[in-house]
Amino acid sequence: MLVYALRRILVAIPTLLALIAITFVLMYAAPGTPFTTEKALPPEIMANLNAKYGLADPLLVQLGRYIWCSACCFDFGPSYFYKDQSVADIIRQGFPVTLTYGVYAFLLASVAGIALGLAAAVRQNTWLDYLAVGVSIGAQVLPNFVMAPILVLIFTVWLGWLPGGGWNGGQWENIVMPVIALATSFMASIARLTRSSMLEVLNANFVRTARAKGLPERTVIFRHALRPALLPIISYLGPTFVAMITGSVVIDVIFSTGGIGMFMVNAAFNRDYPVIMASTVLTGALTILFSLLADIAYAWIDPKIRY
Amino acid sequence: MFPKFAVTGALAALLCTSAIAGGHATHPETGEALAEDQTLTYRIGDGIPTLDPQLIEDTTSFHVARQLYEGLVTQDLDGSILPGVAESWEASNGNLTWTFTLREDAKWSNGDPVTSADFIAGWTRAMDPATASPYAWYLELTSIVNAKEVLAGEADVSTLGVSAPDDYTLVVNLTAPLPYFPSMMSFATLFPIHMATVEAHGADWTKPENMVNNGAYNLASRVVGERIELVKSDTYWDAENTIITDITGLVINDANQALTRWKAGELDYMDDLPPGQFPALQAEYPDETFSSPRLCSYYYAMNQTESGHPSLQDERVRLALSLAIDRDVIVDQVLKGGQTAAYNFTHYATAGFTMPEIEVASLSQGERDAMAKALWSEAMGDETPTYKLLYNTSESHKAIATVVSQMWKQKLGVSTELANFEWKTYLGIRGEQQFDIARSAWCGDYNEASTFLDLLTSTHSSNDGKYSNARVDELMAASKTADDPQPLYTEVEQIAMGEAGIAPIYHYANTFLLHEGYKGWAAENVENNWYVKDQYRVATD
Repeated sequence: MLVYALRRILVAIPTLLALIAITFVLMYAAPGTPFTTEKALPPEIMANLNAKYGLADPLLVQLGRYIWCSACCFDFGPSYFYKDQSVADIIRQGFPVTLTYGVYAFLLASVAGIALGLAAAVRQNTWLDYLAVGVSIGAQVLPNFVMAPILVLIFTVWLGWLPGGGWNGGQWENIVMPVIALATSFMASIARLTRSSMLEVLNANFVRTARAKGLPERTVIFRHALRPALLPIISYLGPTFVAMITGSVVIDVIFSTGGIGMFMVNAAFNRDYPVIMASTVLTGALTILFSLLADIAYAWIDPKIRY
Repeated sequence: MFPKFAVTGALAALLCTSAIAGGHATHPETGEALAEDQTLTYRIGDGIPTLDPQLIEDTTSFHVARQLYEGLVTQDLDGSILPGVAESWEASNGNLTWTFTLREDAKWSNGDPVTSADFIAGWTRAMDPATASPYAWYLELTSIVNAKEVLAGEADVSTLGVSAPDDYTLVVNLTAPLPYFPSMMSFATLFPIHMATVEAHGADWTKPENMVNNGAYNLASRVVGERIELVKSDTYWDAENTIITDITGLVINDANQALTRWKAGELDYMDDLPPGQFPALQAEYPDETFSSPRLCSYYYAMNQTESGHPSLQDERVRLALSLAIDRDVIVDQVLKGGQTAAYNFTHYATAGFTMPEIEVASLSQGERDAMAKALWSEAMGDETPTYKLLYNTSESHKAIATVVSQMWKQKLGVSTELANFEWKTYLGIRGEQQFDIARSAWCGDYNEASTFLDLLTSTHSSNDGKYSNARVDELMAASKTADDPQPLYTEVEQIAMGEAGIAPIYHYANTFLLHEGYKGWAAENVENNWYVKDQYRVATD
């Protein structure tokens, strides 16, 4: 297992380097530069800016310098758009925000989703099943960009209970709506996945055997059926978790949370190269890490899997 | 026994507190009763890129900078200049030398006096290539001696034509006798700088714990993509007359979301209202919805180079296209926010500017259409070209482009291919003349007509249609030294509009919501420069 994990981590290094190189080239290929503005800058000033940020050097030199500085010194450079902030400042500000609402939303989505899916599968074709399926389909067809304004309308405009947005240092009032809006559709997917996976397992031979030897239903479900039923969900949860903690631009825009999602999208629009790079590398590294964790969790849940 | 002095002390403290609380019970000038809560919360669209005055290039940061720093002059509610750090100024040598006398009670937030050397430090910092200030060209625009040469790298920054005979006198030498020179001194790039702080902290000097500034407010906190908080400064020379105590700017990207939060009472002020909503808001909140002129003009650039459609090099074709645009439909039916139909380039509200007489402006649209058709058939016969109309992705640009292409189709038989791109791509395409017609806009950098009309000169970097007329270039060059440039401006407008160098469409208005009871907003300042130190909240009961 340890050897497997180490091997995966070693493979991650060239993967990340390839990610950096591809993003770098694509980013420079996009039309416009970080300093293109409505009022065209005189060439002397453009030259000053390019010199200050090292954009006058050949692309390969820039790429090499980027890899060297970011890998060896964790220096991701200054932001070109937020001129008095470094990329580290921006990530330090935006990432904890996204991480906070992302983790809560992930917990809500997975706990509620699995519970809903289990209930539906165990009581298949009863009112509980129909209700659970109904709720999850309802939640599925309400994507976060629809859900978010509805929540604002209800809790801010009509009831006046919660502020319409902002982060305010992470007060609970500011967290509630982003978490619900982000969690809803994920919860629905998890619920439906759990239901179908559980139904499949409940019809499997080993479950029939467990029932036949007279085990109580509770033991059958939680001891024997649940673990194998969770496997497809685990592989879904890995990337889902990364997607949730690396930012949702919809949540950031509608709730003005100041999370990393908005910075990422704006960086692309502003051609803020260092922020584009850092957010891509961050997302890439987290994706690699969490798919590794998901694989390890696999082996832990299903003793049949060995690496 | 209860100690007597304790009771007296408590009483005195109580009296003292009420005196302080009541200190601003009424406004010192208007006598209006003031509210207890003197705070401002406003919406910021896209975050605040920087608080370093010499690096700022965007409106949002400029708004914050005007509260944190003070230049030689500031502006009143109408945009006229008022003494700032400079108490007085005078011109000599035929407007070529300007001497500013600084007030001795101006202080930095750490208590240091603000001196003429701090201004020189700010200006040389803006010019220094190592700073890479995007607005360094503004100094060239002010005609300060050697600014042009320093910018071009031909002279050292120490040769800039500004000197400090003593701590409170600043002498500036110009290459052209600009009568409006002092009015350019309210611009953030020219704010003073506390160099010791910049040197001690490097790029981190604008962090709240490090910043030393000289304005009416200090930076309390800043969460870059979420909020900024300012508090009243005790060291500001006019702190006594500054009423608002706290300012909060909330970053709310989406205009509709901001509107919801304004309605929920979370914001006092928001501008850039969602497109098309102004009339409905005005009906619902008549005393809180405003539209005021804003110093920007919207126009279509027509590519007159080889890369554009060849017909656009013919002034009759350009004029026909311009005349066929029914501007009233655009301002009254599409934009609906108090914008004004434009037949000339310079915004009508520009200070000291008399609107030129443009013949076609006084005609009816029917007459203009007839003219357009006549010009078109004379130049093009039955030919019906297809033009590529470029604009950046936005609801209102799209609506205008659609309406204009319909007008051209109906009146002239012209086909238009609409091409929209996200901002930077659009700017790249426009700057490389890869279009036939391009949506453009220009906002004044200072309140004087040349900030617009310079764009019509052949070499201007934002003249993307590459309109060129030798007489216009000559007149604009002459206007820099003319005692009264107005006749020259009038002629420039008449020439450029007569041959449709560009097709002006409308003059901007700033639409905004401001809660009742919040007073002193500089609605009449066409540059949209507001200073919170002039604002206050009246008691509403």
